[in-house]
Amino acid sequence: MSADNQKPERLEATFAFPMLYEWSIGLYGSRFFQEIMNNKRFIGIKCPGCGKIYVPPRRVCGPCFKELTELVPLSDTGVLTAFSVVNYPFIDPNTGSRRPIPYTYGYIQLDGADNIFSHIINETDLSRIKVGMKVRAVFKDRAEMKGNIEDIKYFELIR
Amino acid sequence: MGRKVAVVGTGQTYHRSHRPDVTSREMIREAVTSALADADLKIKDIDAVVIGNMDHFESINYVDTYSIEGSGAFMKPIMKVSTGGTTGATVAIAAYYHAASGLFDRVLAVGFEKNSESDTTGAIITCSDPIWDRFSYSGAIPSLATEATAYMEQYGATQEDAALVGERDRNHALNNPYAHLQRPLTVKDIMASPMLAYPIKLGDICPRSDGACAMILAADGIAQKTASRPAWFKAVSVRHTYTWFGDSTDYNKGLVSMQQASQEAYARAGIRSPVDELDVAELYLPYTWAGLKWIEDLGLCGRGEAARFVGDKNTHMGGKLPINPSGGVISTNCIGATAMLRVAEAAIQVMGKGGKRQVPEAKNALATGFGGCFWTDVVILSSERP
Ligand SMILES: [Zn+2]
Repeated sequence: MSADNQKPERLEATFAFPMLYEWSIGLYGSRFFQEIMNNKRFIGIKCPGCGKIYVPPRRVCGPCFKELTELVPLSDTGVLTAFSVVNYPFIDPNTGSRRPIPYTYGYIQLDGADNIFSHIINETDLSRIKVGMKVRAVFKDRAEMKGNIEDIKYFELIR
Repeated sequence: MGRKVAVVGTGQTYHRSHRPDVTSREMIREAVTSALADADLKIKDIDAVVIGNMDHFESINYVDTYSIEGSGAFMKPIMKVSTGGTTGATVAIAAYYHAASGLFDRVLAVGFEKNSESDTTGAIITCSDPIWDRFSYSGAIPSLATEATAYMEQYGATQEDAALVGERDRNHALNNPYAHLQRPLTVKDIMASPMLAYPIKLGDICPRSDGACAMILAADGIAQKTASRPAWFKAVSVRHTYTWFGDSTDYNKGLVSMQQASQEAYARAGIRSPVDELDVAELYLPYTWAGLKWIEDLGLCGRGEAARFVGDKNTHMGGKLPINPSGGVISTNCIGATAMLRVAEAAIQVMGKGGKRQVPEAKNALATGFGGCFWTDVVILSSERP
């Protein structure tokens, strides 16, 4: 065998098998998606300490460290507090392929909630979208829903 | 009450976009060797090691054991700490706790990243919650960009105002031989660069770098004998608050983690007016708008005043409070080392070893780390033993 430091052939290994995990999203996380599937509405949860209403609902208020139990219905409308139009190509680790661009990533304060909900907005034209605009959730048809975040198709601007 | 602790040596690599000539272990070794030389110590003098990088970025899970040939931690206590973008500062703070505890006299802290061996955006997306956030999240750039749109709407700041931060940091990098990007960039260049995620353009955002940083901390009594001008820890503060983006992004309140961490650190350090009492700041500013909005959250100027404060050159070299003499994150971003570089560069300033990037007579220096889900670490170093 020669000891020459020749450039070796590059070897690659690709792992193409699905890796199965179970992931519990908790009692209230499941309720949130069930409400969307059954009633096409959002629910939040109210803190008995500070009165803050959180969406998605969770079991503990961090700052108060109190357990939350009071679910409250929320509107399907809200205010766009911030956004960005994603314009660069990248591989989506959820799918292994490129996520379609451009798309608009938005932070929404749902009417009746005190924290922010993130999702996509169906407007990529910068001259037509502005922080502070009213938005409304557009849901999938019941038959297409799977009980996940994509049961909300997107938020549309209310002009 | 813990022991007083100081930085007595720092080391870093010459940061590049791609270091095919070395493994990450060899890269770590370069930084460690240079930190030991800076402190005039040998590896046998080190009692414990703390190390960190971005979890799973280069598909290395057991970084503490993997890195031993580079860190020199053979047969020494070593601990891995990984907290997202804040990692480097958290590692420095954990090393401070090690020395302050009284268990270890001389502690080595190491941060590193070989971004060329990872899909940075893909890896960052997997840091977001798989049920709620990952579907719409696309890495660091758009989530920072949202903050910029809210800030512009709130205070009328312009893209040019932000670009001046980039021009400043990229100019400062010319004084730093270790900086990755050493080509000056003007406001005009930044405005003309491609739009990645409105309003962030290529010139507004940090690069991906390969590099490592190491620091040596020593306890009171030893620090003074090791360094002629040690950089004393005056205060540290950590705020790793939420894990869902929607919980951290109430822009009416600002960046709450940074407000709280800095207020707590100023109080611990006895600082009443940070802009007057600090001499230099090395801030984790991963994009240009952070250089406006976050200096308000740090209390360096009033709400909505940053564009004028930066525009009046208060934060340029020679100004009232120079920010990022090293060129900052916009010039160098080896992620697991990035926040440690802020602490190390603050120490370099306090120790008077900054060469061309030295701020004259720097006594008190502020360093920040940013990352995770809008989290903040703060370190205040001083030439004065607290
Ligand atoms: Zn509460």
